[in-house]
Amino acid sequence: MPHTGFEMSPDPFRLRDPLRARAFADLLARWTPPRPVRIVHVCGTHEITIAQHGLRELLPDGVEVLEGPGCPVCVTSTRDLDRAVKLAESGAIVCTFGDMTRVPGTRRTLAEARAEGADVRVVLSAADAVAIARKHPDRPVVFFAVGFETTAPGTAAVLLDSPPANFSVLCTHKLIPPALSALMSTPPVHIDAFLAPGHVSTVIGARAYAEVAERFHVPIVVGGFEPLDVLYALWLALRELREGRAEVENAYPRAVTADGNRRAQELLARAFEPCDAVWRGIGTIPASGLRIREDLARWDAERRFAIEGEPGEERPPGCRCPDVLMARAVPADCPLFRTACTPLSPVGPCMVGTEGACHVWYRYGGRPKL
Amino acid sequence: MAVVTSYMCLAVPTRVVAVNGNLATVNVQGVHTQARLDALGEPVAIGDYLLVHAGFAIRRLDPEDARETLRLFDEIFALQAEDG
Repeated sequence: MPHTGFEMSPDPFRLRDPLRARAFADLLARWTPPRPVRIVHVCGTHEITIAQHGLRELLPDGVEVLEGPGCPVCVTSTRDLDRAVKLAESGAIVCTFGDMTRVPGTRRTLAEARAEGADVRVVLSAADAVAIARKHPDRPVVFFAVGFETTAPGTAAVLLDSPPANFSVLCTHKLIPPALSALMSTPPVHIDAFLAPGHVSTVIGARAYAEVAERFHVPIVVGGFEPLDVLYALWLALRELREGRAEVENAYPRAVTADGNRRAQELLARAFEPCDAVWRGIGTIPASGLRIREDLARWDAERRFAIEGEPGEERPPGCRCPDVLMARAVPADCPLFRTACTPLSPVGPCMVGTEGACHVWYRYGGRPKL
Repeated sequence: MAVVTSYMCLAVPTRVVAVNGNLATVNVQGVHTQARLDALGEPVAIGDYLLVHAGFAIRRLDPEDARETLRLFDEIFALQAEDG
């Protein structure tokens, strides 16, 4: 191995040295397509890497990277939120991930319901919600399950592990490949390539995007979450665009295989079946959600409790979350960003979720001018 | 130092410090937490690195693969410099 002049980090998983980042910036500049291109990622963790490390400053003019519907908290529909609030108000213990308690529904957030006496608990895992159910056998305990293919296997695992009778799941898990299809088939479309989320791909495998890449003739590159991982993936995307290819490439082979995690896929298939799902700001996307299978119906909160959402969907005036979620705007394009809408008093869901584009841009700045 | 930014998604690998059946104790940036192994489908030993999402491990990571990625990057830079 010839000496390259590049340093090895003591932590083997930190791929972020400035020299290699510069080398990638040079490559990106050399491979810039002749016309402006927009590369869309769908992962809050990608946005955090990009914003935290100022990677947009390394992008050549004419190459824009945007976050689409990449934050599970942000895309949970107000109807699903309202149902969780109603369950909490009706006396159930509602367990969910932290950010979900602060997302506005039609009338109120789960945190506001808790302030008025409802029992809402923050958990780190579906398994924590089961533990709470075992501790309170006399009360209904509902796990409000959100998240993509990364978090759904955990929900599947507890459903298949004979949870107690007082436990149930309000299941709003969502799938990434159908969301990519929806972004490509809802005009106006200004997406030239996708940076696919690394850990969703760990579960579903890089091959899961092949149909979308082929159908819409769009390059899809699976990327990791270190700064060099992202720059490498963006370079592969630019190279595909320059060469007129539209293939799935895997820029994160240490965590992603072509076939994905078979065990996790098996859990998903045994516990869930695909269903149409409403994404906040986007609408209904066919076969983009997961519903609990019939043989596990007794743990399905939707089947067990008659719960309706509130009529109508709250759309705060001026809020551009729908455009941000469709990758048609960046947070700075919104008139409310940093003025009426801040993490302490969020107007739209993208400011609530710590992975939401607006929240990330508020914390780190999105498009630095260094 | 990376920051643990979310309850659901950890982009950083955790390190196994103990294994008890279906449950591993993992170290994530100095904090010990539990990870279920149901969704992993492969054996785990102390010292292994795991990707953990919302309390469930979804992948074992090999540090050698990360070093391999850096070697690949350096090859790309060298090749592209020759082409340039």
